[in-house]
Amino acid sequence: MIYDGTYQGWLTAIFDSYDHKLNEVCFLKEKTASIPLFATPHYVITDEIKATRVMKGLKQRLSAEGLKNLYNIYLSEEEKSEEMMWRFVKYVFECKDNIEQNFSNSAVWDVKKLAKKVKREAHRMEAFVRFKLTKDHLFYAIIEPDHNVLPLIEGHFKGRYADQRWLIYDARRKYGIYYDLETVTTVELEFKLGAGSAKAIAEICDEREEFFQELWRRYFSSVNIKARKNMRLHIQHMPKRYWKHLPEKMPEN
Amino acid sequence: MEKLEILADAAKYDVSCSSSGSKRNNKDKGLGDSKGYGICHAFTEDGRCVSLLKILLTNHCIFDCAYCVSRKSNHVKRAAFTVEEVVDVTINFYRRNYIEGLFLSSGIFDSPDYTMERLVRIAKKLRIDHNFNGYIHLKAIPGASDELMKEAGLYADRLSVNVEMPTEQSLKLLAPEKKHIDVIKPMEYLKKEIIGYREEKSLNKKAPVFAPAGQSTQMVIGATKETDMEILGMADYFYQQMNMKRVYYSGYVPISNDGRLPMIGTPVPIIRENRLYQADWLIRFYGFKVNEIVGFDQPHLDLDIDPKLGWALRNLDQFPVDINTATLEMIKRIPGIGHQNAKKIVAARKFNRLLPEHLQKMGIAYNRAKYFLAVPHPFSIQKDFTSVQIKHQILSLQNSKYKSDFSSQLALF
Repeated sequence: MIYDGTYQGWLTAIFDSYDHKLNEVCFLKEKTASIPLFATPHYVITDEIKATRVMKGLKQRLSAEGLKNLYNIYLSEEEKSEEMMWRFVKYVFECKDNIEQNFSNSAVWDVKKLAKKVKREAHRMEAFVRFKLTKDHLFYAIIEPDHNVLPLIEGHFKGRYADQRWLIYDARRKYGIYYDLETVTTVELEFKLGAGSAKAIAEICDEREEFFQELWRRYFSSVNIKARKNMRLHIQHMPKRYWKHLPEKMPEN
Repeated sequence: MEKLEILADAAKYDVSCSSSGSKRNNKDKGLGDSKGYGICHAFTEDGRCVSLLKILLTNHCIFDCAYCVSRKSNHVKRAAFTVEEVVDVTINFYRRNYIEGLFLSSGIFDSPDYTMERLVRIAKKLRIDHNFNGYIHLKAIPGASDELMKEAGLYADRLSVNVEMPTEQSLKLLAPEKKHIDVIKPMEYLKKEIIGYREEKSLNKKAPVFAPAGQSTQMVIGATKETDMEILGMADYFYQQMNMKRVYYSGYVPISNDGRLPMIGTPVPIIRENRLYQADWLIRFYGFKVNEIVGFDQPHLDLDIDPKLGWALRNLDQFPVDINTATLEMIKRIPGIGHQNAKKIVAARKFNRLLPEHLQKMGIAYNRAKYFLAVPHPFSIQKDFTSVQIKHQILSLQNSKYKSDFSSQLALF
């Protein structure tokens, strides 16, 4: 199955594999497609009607949470995640009753586990997004999550920061979400990461931005109780891979 | 900037950090919201969550409580914020997504009412002038008037009065100017108001909310001689009689050379504090009674094993438990199986009989749980172990970083 990498595309692929009564399938995204030996390629043409039919079938057999778990796995972008979803969906359609709670089944458990991993990172991004204020009153933040979590955190930030313009940019996937005080839109832009230098920040940022970052750094270090130091716990909660976008973990300029 | 350092430094010994349990929607496109769950935005190097801007309005204080860094007789730098400064920092930190809200406490300058009035003014300014819907936790100042307390409840999500010491005697010893009753009185007042407003709210949706996240308190432990039984008994009293949402336990960090207190350099009782939180959890979420966890014959919690394992080892006659038939309540009591996993077991066993390998896959601490489970297994010999053997085997499995602290022997080399 070679599809366009969208969720709709993947749902269409599921439709096609049932339509053609295929049992052994693997999924490839168009861009990266290099077809395995002995496999017959099938090119999926994303079709809204087909996708909606699959979705409807899933909705009948899954709870809202189960449906969301499936979507989370799609966002995980992990290798073989599509096959994992496929195994789960096949099992869902095999049974009449809802099987989400059958945790002793590995198709069910794998989905639950990976979905949780994605959910956890989405929650972490709700915590670790750090906005900087620019001269023209835009609050912007850069993140580099392992999974594609922007679609999962959009609602949270929209609800929380309703009275300020903001932009959260995923530097790994090269796109961002932008809120203009009315709606959130997906934007693709070239963000030069080299532009993070002190000079560049001073040029685009609000005059008090540096002050609040410094204030936050100082606050962060003064709430620490040295007698209770526990770096293992610290790193477990705040993994090092996120540090480069956290002002409190950046070395002072 | 220095002011913030001084006043954050002095506030850090207050352990409450939660920003959960409240619900405030963002209204009229204002700033912020509060959800049922809070978010830890950062973690200090000691591993604690930072979710609120936790500061003192001032560390000037007319009292001289021995356990407190801000006590009158302590020679520390003093500072005070203005109302505007606190509001400005809170808003700017919040807008940058550094925090969930504000936790504001204060030393007592002049009089309780004078101090309390300023705390209330900050909360009011945030809510009204800035349409701020983030979390606000105010520390109620004992001795402040009921009117101020009431106003505080209308703007804050949570209010708390620290009981400080687990018993009246130790409060008398360490804070001779403070009276136990001064702490209990505002707690009772808050309890009454919270219940009153909640009833009103259920009848009339438009009625104002009053401290929707309830009240909490904190006890310093390890500064005085109380047993865990006394501490948990006190906590239980707060949960039962005061409708307390949370009781926090703060392991005493030695900060002064005072003959009444542990010397500087005495280690912080981190494990004991941890065991108390575990016990507290068992009481609130696992249906345990205080006297099942501690009693006159063993007034202290075990430091080397958690209280749930301790209970199971003392009650081996209740085991082994068959997870395919036992009640949820009983499954929750099996060491190695938590609240969430117990629910998963009950849900999953409807599909097919659960075997040990299923439990392992579901992320249960099977090596710990296996001694307490009755499962059809050809090598099932576990139930013949004595509690001492089980304890020994479980301990040898865990590689705790605190291990050295358990050992009563001195390491010579």
